[in-house]
Amino acid sequence: MKIIVCAKQVPDPEAPYTAVQVNSDTKEISTKGVAPVINPYDENALEAALRIKDENGAEVVVISVGSKISQAVLRRSLAVGADNLVVVDSPQFKSLDSSSIAYVLSKALEKMGEYDLILTGRQAGDWDLGQTGLILGEILGIPTVNLVRSVKIEDGKVVAEKILPGAYELVKSNLPALLTVSSEVGELRYPIAKRKIQAYKQPIDVWSAEDIGVDSDKLVQIDMSALMPPPDMGRDCQFIEGDSPEEKGKNLASILKGG
Amino acid sequence: MSNRPVLICGETEGDGISSSTLELMRAGKKIADDLGAELSLVIIGNNISGIADEAASYGANKVYKIESPLVEKFMADLWVGALEKLCAQVNPKVLLMSHTNIGMEVAPRLAFRLKTRLTTDCTDLEADKAENLLLCTKPVYGGNAVAIFKYKEEPHFATVRKKIMAPAEKVSNKSEIINVAPDMDASAVKIESLKIVQEDAVSLDKAEIIISGGRGIGGSEGFKELEEMAELMRKSSGSVVEIGGSRPAVDLGWLPSSRQVGLTGEKVSPDLYVAIGISGATQHLVGMMRSKKIVAINKDKKASIFNIANYGIVGDYKEIIPAFNKKWRELS
Repeated sequence: MKIIVCAKQVPDPEAPYTAVQVNSDTKEISTKGVAPVINPYDENALEAALRIKDENGAEVVVISVGSKISQAVLRRSLAVGADNLVVVDSPQFKSLDSSSIAYVLSKALEKMGEYDLILTGRQAGDWDLGQTGLILGEILGIPTVNLVRSVKIEDGKVVAEKILPGAYELVKSNLPALLTVSSEVGELRYPIAKRKIQAYKQPIDVWSAEDIGVDSDKLVQIDMSALMPPPDMGRDCQFIEGDSPEEKGKNLASILKGG
Repeated sequence: MSNRPVLICGETEGDGISSSTLELMRAGKKIADDLGAELSLVIIGNNISGIADEAASYGANKVYKIESPLVEKFMADLWVGALEKLCAQVNPKVLLMSHTNIGMEVAPRLAFRLKTRLTTDCTDLEADKAENLLLCTKPVYGGNAVAIFKYKEEPHFATVRKKIMAPAEKVSNKSEIINVAPDMDASAVKIESLKIVQEDAVSLDKAEIIISGGRGIGGSEGFKELEEMAELMRKSSGSVVEIGGSRPAVDLGWLPSSRQVGLTGEKVSPDLYVAIGISGATQHLVGMMRSKKIVAINKDKKASIFNIANYGIVGDYKEIIPAFNKKWRELS
């Protein structure tokens, strides 16, 4: 059983919004000082893969496509239990559109050979488009399920809980298949200290666009016609004071009750 | 008038057309008028004649009906195939879907097959009359910026966030209803549906008061405190009061996902939103910033949540809430 997890490096989406600067003239978003992380939804996908590895045994390979990928950031996936890491890095991959990322991933998968299951996060915390995984499924022509919150392997098939509004659907598919994973799966486990050291020494595969035969003419960048800061969300917060937490609580009740 | 329509891919809800589809119809009508195009709607499902009749009253020129027992429940593989065929037939200039679970799954796959580009989760749409294109406004970076995309590829394709736009209203002119041969093949279904399990069927958007907890609550046990607060407010005010939460609270298994407020959860605007132990990541703020009154309780005075709150308390909710509840009872 070989599981591929697609992981994108993004500026930490949990960073306070004051850290994100929008330049409307250059149409650039500056995230200076915001640490790069593995896209949290891709971390959820990795967690789902590691649970299958715990349960059934599997080889988990993480692949990342981008430009200026920090290997240190991606190596975290090895520290938590992934077996191999493939980084496909090229200046041409800066701000790629979802369909182009899916195309590059498909070329990398050709080089990687056989696989049974591909897991991706539901969307990436930078552009929040939610397209790459589904488009990759189309390119590969394999069964695809969107938004799952649990994944299991039973009798050589994948069984997953697909999220519906106020419900879930239990679905089953032949392998290979591609599933996009939602955060309900749960957070990625913490690295084990011993593995952490190994993870930084372990050889990884670093490929260029040429290594996997990417046709540059097929690459399309995200292209904005305008970029603006978000609407002002600020309100003047009146802090409720009191000598003790209890008193603050009572004062809040009086204010809300009094209207 | 161009014969290439603005095509809306509709969804059903119970025995009717979904409210998000009606919102799309109003937005689509404006774009169609601006581009000098017709407005068309397609509905997919089983036994949907009644729904198609109803949908025909909302201002579209044509309603396409694709009816088959194979799509009694939503089947992504069949929807994508059916819409791909319909688009080949009607050649839409603009294609719109709601950013619902269905739209999120169908639109990217359909965009790939139609060889076009898609902008998802749009909060505004506008026709660029000069260039005959579609301007798609979309929050990016978790809501920290707002981008406008304008792509030349056709059909111009967008999914639109729910409850941002007002729904279409009934008009006197009825749409022409066109039956489309379903031409669906059960063997195209790659995903077997074993069962659908209903869970907590809460509708947070109907709540007048929402008491929300985040990572700072510390465990599912802590939500009992919040539930007591909610019950008190329910009794004394007669308002619809619901428990909500941030993404971490859901991911940690303390709350079902139907109660998640934020970018990938519900977007709500109650009269009162109480955020407890929620630091205020932007992806949460975008889900509740339209609340009329916001109260934040957090241990960390620097938490972003205070920037958008009307009232704030710095402190431990475990000490604050019981005292709040006691006082509330006295005042009720």
